[in-house]
Amino acid sequence: MAKEKELNAGQNELKPVGRFAAWFISLYEVFRFIGRFFREAFLPPYELKELVRQCYEIGYRSALLISTTGFITGLVFTKQSRPSLSEFGATSWLPSLVGIALLRTLAPLLTGLIAAGKVGSSIGAELGSMKVSEQIDAMEVSATNPFKFLVSTRVLAATITMPILTFYTAMVGMLGALLNVSVNEGTSATTFFQSALESITYLDIIASTVKAILFGFTIAIVGCYQGYHSSKGTEGVGKAANSSVVIAMFLIFVEEVVCVQIFSLFNT
Amino acid sequence: MIEIKGLNKSFGNYSVLENASLDVYKGENLVVLGKSGTGKSVLIKIIIGLLKPDSGLVSVLNQVVDEISYEELLALRLRVGFSFQNSALYDSMTVRENLEFPLVRNRKDLSKQEVKDSVEEMLDAVGLSQTINQMPSELSGGQRKRIGIARTLILRPEIMLYDEPTAGLDPITSREINKLINDVQERYHTSAIIITHDLTCAKEVGNRVAMLIERNFDRQGSFDQVFNSGDQQAQPFYDYNFIQ
Repeated sequence: MAKEKELNAGQNELKPVGRFAAWFISLYEVFRFIGRFFREAFLPPYELKELVRQCYEIGYRSALLISTTGFITGLVFTKQSRPSLSEFGATSWLPSLVGIALLRTLAPLLTGLIAAGKVGSSIGAELGSMKVSEQIDAMEVSATNPFKFLVSTRVLAATITMPILTFYTAMVGMLGALLNVSVNEGTSATTFFQSALESITYLDIIASTVKAILFGFTIAIVGCYQGYHSSKGTEGVGKAANSSVVIAMFLIFVEEVVCVQIFSLFNT
Repeated sequence: MIEIKGLNKSFGNYSVLENASLDVYKGENLVVLGKSGTGKSVLIKIIIGLLKPDSGLVSVLNQVVDEISYEELLALRLRVGFSFQNSALYDSMTVRENLEFPLVRNRKDLSKQEVKDSVEEMLDAVGLSQTINQMPSELSGGQRKRIGIARTLILRPEIMLYDEPTAGLDPITSREINKLINDVQERYHTSAIIITHDLTCAKEVGNRVAMLIERNFDRQGSFDQVFNSGDQQAQPFYDYNFIQ
């Protein structure tokens, strides 16, 4: 009995160290996965047909959801900002404010979060399901590189389509803002867009693009990693889908903070 | 064709293969029998390179599997076909696309028409031409098994590895799969390892039987040699499958 307690105590002492080591090993595996992507994605043979198909799945199929969300965001943001600007008689600044806010932060972040939920969960579940049903093994044994076909295409597709979706969100958001402004102040579309676009700088466009690329890459690589390494069974697939969303969303916020800090240095 | 000597494989503290040795000769169907969970599927996954052995020699077509590069392994896999227990069909693709998938990636010398003809020929060989545009979810278990075998055969491998080909199938469909395995051997001159615990399958398709008992293949021979020897560990298999 005493010996058993001693053994258990010993095991409990090791647990935190064991968990820490396991965490480091997981982190190492993630970096290996990302490294493999960069090796495989840019070397032939290329899976162009699958890449185009993934661009359609990730980009085109997300457009409706993003349109609706972007439009509502632009509309609501304008409505909520008006009272504060009215106090200073500065409602004419609304188009500029909305334009900058949408392009710099709202559009990339909103698109990223929606894509993390829609695209990230889809990739995690799909690859997890393929892992569980041995479809990935089936590709391996038929002398096909499943990493190239499944991972490289999805990550490239997300990285390519996210900037397009982001600018699309910004544009649709501006339309929502225009609706609010034209109803409340009778501002014409020409005046609205002229005012909005005058305030936007090249740095804003570059920052938005860089963020979108980063978010797209993150969402897809996290989804692919979680799916590729999912444990067996339906529970494993569910966890892969869930983890894909949660981790991607967390990383998007971290990346947003980092990008804001970096691009603010160029503003000064 | 396949040479295995002193193969050892463990998962943690659980040893599944210990000093296992086995040979597969040209043109033969070797049936590997054993209780569930004893490592039969592990054996063929090691042969195809999906798992690495802890130690021992695994030589396939004169290449030592865990010593060759990834590119050499991919080339070897073109000559060794693997039929999964659950078929592992790509569920987002039609039957046609499933069969085209390995072909278009590995036989870039074929024209579109040649690929189309190959797919139709293979479906005809397994008796499922009518399923060409169906999705895997629309197929029965037996049909999925046949399509899985067709997808494996389309690259014309020299060796076939079947993982529990009749698992989950009714006796009549199992007989059809057994017949298909024999037809494949005859028509395409393949050598094969068939993993199963179905003695009817073993009797109908096997030229030779190897029983996995206590982590190695000490009992090998023809079906009658293995089960008429009075072996106390082999006999229960026979008694359960062929109730007197």
